[in-house]
Amino acid sequence: MTETVLSVKNLATHFFTRAGLVKAVDNVSFDLAKGEIMGLVGESGSGKTVTGFSLLGLVDEPGRIVSGSITFKDRELTSLSNAELRRWRGREISMIFQDPIATLNPVLTIGKQMRLAIAAHERMSARAAEDRSADLLSKVGIPSARARLDAYPHEFSGGMRQRVAIAIALLHRPSVIIADEPTTALDVSIQAQILQQMRVLAAETGTSMIWISHDLAVVSSLATKLAVMYAGRIVEQGPTATLLRNPRHPYTAGLMNSLPAMTKPGTPLKQIPGTTPSLLSLPPGCPFAPRCQRATAQCQHEPELTIHGDRGWRCFDPVGHMDEVSS
Amino acid sequence: MTRQSTPFSRFWNEFRENKIALVALSVVVLLALLALFASFVSPQNPYDLANLSLMDSRRAPGFVGTGGYTHWLGTDPQGRDLLSAIFYGLRISIQIGLAAGFVSLSFGAALGILAAYSGGRVENLIMRLVDLQLSFPAILLALVIVALLGQGKVQLISALVAAQYAYFARTAYGAAKAERGKDYIEAAVATPLGSRLVILKHLLPNCTPPLIVVATVQIANSISLEATLSFLGLGLPVTEPSLGMLISNGFPYMMSGRYWISVYPGVALIILIVAINIVGDQVRDQFNPRLRK
Amino acid sequence: MTRFVSLENISRIFGPNLTTGEKIASKLGAKVETRSIHAVSNVSLSVTKGETIGLVGESGCGKSTLGRLIAGILPPSSGTILIDGSPVIKDGVKATTRVQTVFQDPFASLDPRMKVGETVAEGPIAHGLAKKSEANAYAAKWFERVGLDPVWLDRYPHQFSGGQRQRIAIARALAMQPDVLICDEPVASLDVSIQAQIINLFLELTRDLELTTIFISHDLSVVQHVSDRIAIMYLGQIVELGPVDEVFENPAHPYTAALFGSVPKLVLDDHELVRFDTIEGEVPSPLSPPSGCFYHPRCPLAGENCAISRPEMTSISNSRSVTCHNYQQQLQQK
Repeated sequence: MTETVLSVKNLATHFFTRAGLVKAVDNVSFDLAKGEIMGLVGESGSGKTVTGFSLLGLVDEPGRIVSGSITFKDRELTSLSNAELRRWRGREISMIFQDPIATLNPVLTIGKQMRLAIAAHERMSARAAEDRSADLLSKVGIPSARARLDAYPHEFSGGMRQRVAIAIALLHRPSVIIADEPTTALDVSIQAQILQQMRVLAAETGTSMIWISHDLAVVSSLATKLAVMYAGRIVEQGPTATLLRNPRHPYTAGLMNSLPAMTKPGTPLKQIPGTTPSLLSLPPGCPFAPRCQRATAQCQHEPELTIHGDRGWRCFDPVGHMDEVSS
Repeated sequence: MTRQSTPFSRFWNEFRENKIALVALSVVVLLALLALFASFVSPQNPYDLANLSLMDSRRAPGFVGTGGYTHWLGTDPQGRDLLSAIFYGLRISIQIGLAAGFVSLSFGAALGILAAYSGGRVENLIMRLVDLQLSFPAILLALVIVALLGQGKVQLISALVAAQYAYFARTAYGAAKAERGKDYIEAAVATPLGSRLVILKHLLPNCTPPLIVVATVQIANSISLEATLSFLGLGLPVTEPSLGMLISNGFPYMMSGRYWISVYPGVALIILIVAINIVGDQVRDQFNPRLRK
Repeated sequence: MTRFVSLENISRIFGPNLTTGEKIASKLGAKVETRSIHAVSNVSLSVTKGETIGLVGESGCGKSTLGRLIAGILPPSSGTILIDGSPVIKDGVKATTRVQTVFQDPFASLDPRMKVGETVAEGPIAHGLAKKSEANAYAAKWFERVGLDPVWLDRYPHQFSGGQRQRIAIARALAMQPDVLICDEPVASLDVSIQAQIINLFLELTRDLELTTIFISHDLSVVQHVSDRIAIMYLGQIVELGPVDEVFENPAHPYTAALFGSVPKLVLDDHELVRFDTIEGEVPSPLSPPSGCFYHPRCPLAGENCAISRPEMTSISNSRSVTCHNYQQQLQQK
């Protein structure tokens, strides 16, 4: 039984906007073990990105964490001040964002940025910092790493920039890396390279990862565990293999069935009707009910979390079958 | 699907939230109304020389004059009731400010958008002229033109327009260039739709936000520029005293204790300009997409 | 095969647009970028009426530029594009309304200050397809066609969701009654669950209205689903062209094979969940493409000849073409 590195219980992050209350993250719970890669899957408005930001205390006004706990190595993160959180950010928990152009400072060389990132948490000689930076750059697959330390971000291609961002995230050998759609903006072939690199790195360094994405296939190539989010809630979670082979929640099933690969070319896709709900006006009960073929009157009540072995789902009338649930 | 909301109603709802801006807007509206109805709210018509009596000149605030009413803010060297003169002066300031602002806006924006849409040599020519213009201090330019054209309302407005159109041109150019590259313009051009239609119906409406911001600031600038010119004696004739002229009339008396002749018109001018600037700041902040995130 | 849309040796070069300052600077000895980008390089293509051609490739391959060329938004640097025999561009401007475009970002492609009903009716009114007095009725008809309630004609773009905005964009394009539709990444900005809806709408409309379509996308699974034929582009050239099933089953160009392989696919069999392969290296800068065949530095089948001579597009069957010296080797790898 590997130790749990991160434990999130009943996390709720709400946005108090001019237009109303937005429950971006509503009662989210999951655990992350050492060396585990978890995929957080959902579409826009599902709350996956805000969940990631909440873990790092990066939620800005008008949003804030209203309740729940985030326990990282026996420390309760929600009770820490911003100054205290800053000591954990980048050192124990790192983040990789979708657009590397936004992460990297265009007027500083890569070497300088990495040195600054190191200096934020550790005292180290310039030489030692350079050594560690070059070492990590070559680990993420950047050729002539030491020479490239003197280059500026615009001299790198998109894929290379994202690798630099990954290297920076790894500088302090964090226990957890949160990656928010890191390959979405990249070409398919570069995405494949980065995915391959992440597989290798995760195995080597034993870092736990939370991979946030809307792309089931991409996430499933890396993650051993998946959590599917809809309208701020986790509607289903479990080991990747069993979840994909036998989804229980109608949304998960609908998502998988609507992929073009699942239908004969030229024929209509099995679409999920309706649109993603506005978080300002969610119906009572199950948020997916308006779009669900199987919805009945009971769906106007909030479905409880059904737990079966290492899987869980929130649905009164799940699809799939009970037998093949546990791996 | 959100409730029916026009861009204007969205804008106004957000504007209302900033109390200071709301107060400033009310001040501007109040001053504008006072100016508009100056002839009704003023105890005296300061332009009518028959009304004036030298017996009333340079009297302190609170003095009851030959007309039988109290001069709340005192009188000036010609015997004008300062309160009335300020109302009429405000009218001139606002009139000139708006006129100069409007003409500068129309002319400058047209030039800027034309330059952005045409590209090539036309763009270069226009924008280099604008750059040249911007490198001259506005007041210098205005002085030269008034010196050439002489005094009078039209001449004054022309001078102000010449000094200020470049700001509008530059802003419109920047906005139009940014919008030009956007998908919806490309979609319109791809229909295909003629250039005139694209500029008038698509480009222009989407360039108005930054132009409105510049307009509010420039109206305040016009007012202060006109006051400066009048202070120097180069504005309107003596018979139509604007706030600047009132201030300059009272200047010799500042040291001898008759402060009210300069100070009160000065305060009125400052309140007007500051209020317009506060409103302009709020408008600018609301139009700034970065600050909205 | 009747050529409804015909491209013959089309190229589009984005030259160094030197400003006056740069021209002076270069005369004084400063290093100024004088290279040009061959965004589209010697492309030939014929499309039959009613056909859907999928155009795929990675960034910098030129698929978007090619789409704009066919749409008449950009004039080609050389060659003429014909639709049903008439040129799309005359005297440097678009001379036909028979080809319309659906753009990628549904928010950016709609004028934020115009009511959506007006946006849809604008083009048809300007070109006499509808009278000003019937504008509302005309727009309403197309709204219903794309699955939108006509009561929303008076709303502004920001009041709609992404999927709805894309439907509006489709309505705008179709309201011009085109014969050819260029779809530039029409579902890329949409949520996965909405993508399926828009793809289904697209399939239904192209069939009902007998549209000829160029479907540009980087998402191979989407392209495979909607296209009859597929064209794969790399650095401005079409490297492979053919019926979508044949090309997917048995690619003739090494890049095609590598590209298809690198997409993570949900396999879900007993041994593995997701399968993908990686390609070495990155797409070279279009400012300085490699000598000979553009793909040779990354190609596992590259031979000596590949670095020296640029391959021409050759037909390998009456429906398939490929631009490669070693395509026979690739085909045998199946």
